[in-house]
Amino acid sequence: MIIVDTANHIAALAAKMAKPHVIAAYPITPQTTIVERLAEYVEKGELNAEYIRVESEHSAMAACIAAAATGARTFTATSSHGLLLMHEMLHWAGLARLPVVMVNVNRAIGPGWNIWSDLNDSLAQRDTGWIQFYASSNQEVFDSVIQAYKIAENEEILLPAMVSYDGFILSHTSMPVEVPEQSKIDEFLPDFKPGWILDVENPITHGNIVPPEPYMEIRYSMQKAMEKAKKVIEEIGEEYGKKFGREYGLVEEYRCEDADYVIVAMAAMAAEAKVAVDELRQKGEKVGLLKLRTFRPFPHERLKHDKMIVIDRDICPGLGGIVYNEIKGNGSEIYGFIAGLGGVDVSYKDIERMYELAKEGKEGWYPTEVK
Amino acid sequence: MVPNGGEIMAIKDLPMDEYILKGHAACPGCPATIALRITLKALGKKTILIVPACCSAVIQALHPHTAFNVPTLNIAFEASAAAASGVAAALKMLEKKDVLPVVWAGDGGSYDIGLQALSGALERGTDFIYICYNNQMYSNTGIQRSGATPYGAWTTTTWTGKKERQKELAEIVMAHHIPYVATATIAYPEDLYEKMKKAKEMKGPRYIEILSPCPPGWRFDMSKTVEMSKLAVETGAWVLYEVINGELKFTGYSKRILEGKERKPIEEWLKMQGRFRHLKPEDIEKIKQQLDEKWQHYKKIYGGKE
Ligand SMILES: Cc1ncc(C[n+]2csc(CCOP(=O)(O)OP(=O)(O)O)c2C)c(N)n1
Ligand code: SF4
Repeated sequence: MIIVDTANHIAALAAKMAKPHVIAAYPITPQTTIVERLAEYVEKGELNAEYIRVESEHSAMAACIAAAATGARTFTATSSHGLLLMHEMLHWAGLARLPVVMVNVNRAIGPGWNIWSDLNDSLAQRDTGWIQFYASSNQEVFDSVIQAYKIAENEEILLPAMVSYDGFILSHTSMPVEVPEQSKIDEFLPDFKPGWILDVENPITHGNIVPPEPYMEIRYSMQKAMEKAKKVIEEIGEEYGKKFGREYGLVEEYRCEDADYVIVAMAAMAAEAKVAVDELRQKGEKVGLLKLRTFRPFPHERLKHDKMIVIDRDICPGLGGIVYNEIKGNGSEIYGFIAGLGGVDVSYKDIERMYELAKEGKEGWYPTEVK
Repeated sequence: MVPNGGEIMAIKDLPMDEYILKGHAACPGCPATIALRITLKALGKKTILIVPACCSAVIQALHPHTAFNVPTLNIAFEASAAAASGVAAALKMLEKKDVLPVVWAGDGGSYDIGLQALSGALERGTDFIYICYNNQMYSNTGIQRSGATPYGAWTTTTWTGKKERQKELAEIVMAHHIPYVATATIAYPEDLYEKMKKAKEMKGPRYIEILSPCPPGWRFDMSKTVEMSKLAVETGAWVLYEVINGELKFTGYSKRILEGKERKPIEEWLKMQGRFRHLKPEDIEKIKQQLDEKWQHYKKIYGGKE
């Protein structure tokens, strides 16, 4: 069935179809319409779940963690300051290896208050042990939320997963989305089998004082799971493709075969870059796009090309673009642009311009300081 | 299992079941461990314990071992009540209706950093018991002041004595209109046990606060924990009561004080503790004044009933 709706409503629908037992959430723009819609589903009896109306995002994540540790499938959604408030608990979910699934609607961080798109909120969580997906369309939002559960809950992975997309550019923009039958989703997504559980018949203590060596083992096993996740993400993306006709992976390559330059972008910027690539190709330019879907685990091996143009809607102060710096040093010639922070509009024309500038050997803050 | 099958009249009548195993890592004379031992005897096997950062996270002993024989989730310092909401919701959805989520938190995790989450969980009616073992400071991190530290007490962040009064968390909790609020302390294990039992039989949010005199924190000999707890009640420094659906009843020795029994002089309690050693006569006067005010307030509530 084709539905035309905003990414937020689509995310809520996907979460509903994944049948979580427990939802704990707190409102924040531009995410709010997700949790409003989920509350409606639960109150109307369309979704059989416990909905915890927590008093903060920190508590939302704590509640999801504890529910997952009790054996429940969980969901939450947030943005920006809400995600930052969760930071401590994001680490907790990762280290506890609890496959909580969350949607983060990317929004700038204050001060001053800015509700528009900026990827710094979720990129600042890169070391928390969460798998991170970035969606470029409402369809990808739906498909990624469903896959996120299956990937996170995979017995070899058991890590939390976050699906991010741009505030307003996607969150409040309606697009047509193909929504599969519930029965097909149920076939694809098996019941949650916890890796460990709080069980009165078999009491365990989780998270007490841990000496250095076993702590390092916990970290090691997390890293191994992240590495393994690269394969599992590709496999599950392929399985999804076979079942629903849309295949996914770590990176989407678009018109890269004979390209001299490839643009690297994530989220809505990547959708815009696709248009720019088409326009440039029409003008005879040999340019392609590497759309980065999975930021954690980071697919280094898939992000190589002779000449690369990386566009970051984020900034690590004192270092530069976050994606740029993750890729840098891979042997490619790389031009980095910082663009679109705090929701500054970046059209395909701007991306074409960045391409031209890169060809002249320039890079930097677009458009204010390009050298 | 209760040996004589009936009412708990004395310590020997408590169930033989043990949920705190040998090999725990508490200090000798630790009040938290005594309190938890009695608590779990009352709550039993079908308890999921949620423990924020505090001494009790250490008392469990080192991973991969544990001295706690009920499932235990350690959680971030400020997050225990929110975690209880998560456990309760999951238990409901997974139809494990006879399992009870229980938070076991220190006063720092309850009065201070965890107050928001506690208030939230109480207000949204989470079906759980929240227990605050109140040792009147942060002992895990080495005896710093908390919102529960009394006026005048030395801590490592109040070297010359705390300048402010403690707040009354149980009274803040009461303002949430929950079915059960009670105070207890380890010198009266039967009272503590009975209150836990009563709480267990109820539904919704229940709050119990246990005064827990801590030898290293309060600076007294580890053999005196129970005595210190008893004196706290007899001098009126700690008060025992329970509130069932908004109706407050004083219990045990505190009730007797309201019936006319004299409070022992507070100096008896203060002088046993190194943390009050530096107090000047005017400080003690101030403490007495605060105590009188507090008991005036209790008298008004009591109003001579019962
Ligand atoms: C967010 C955060 N801040 C600070 C700490 C450090 N910390 C751990 S336990 C603790 C004090 C605990 O005091 P209390 O709750 O009274 O329990 P007690 O140690 O007295 O048993 C502190 C400050 C922490 N773990 N997390
Ligand atoms: S410091 Fe006090 S509360 Fe903590 S373990 Fe020692 S005696 Fe118990």
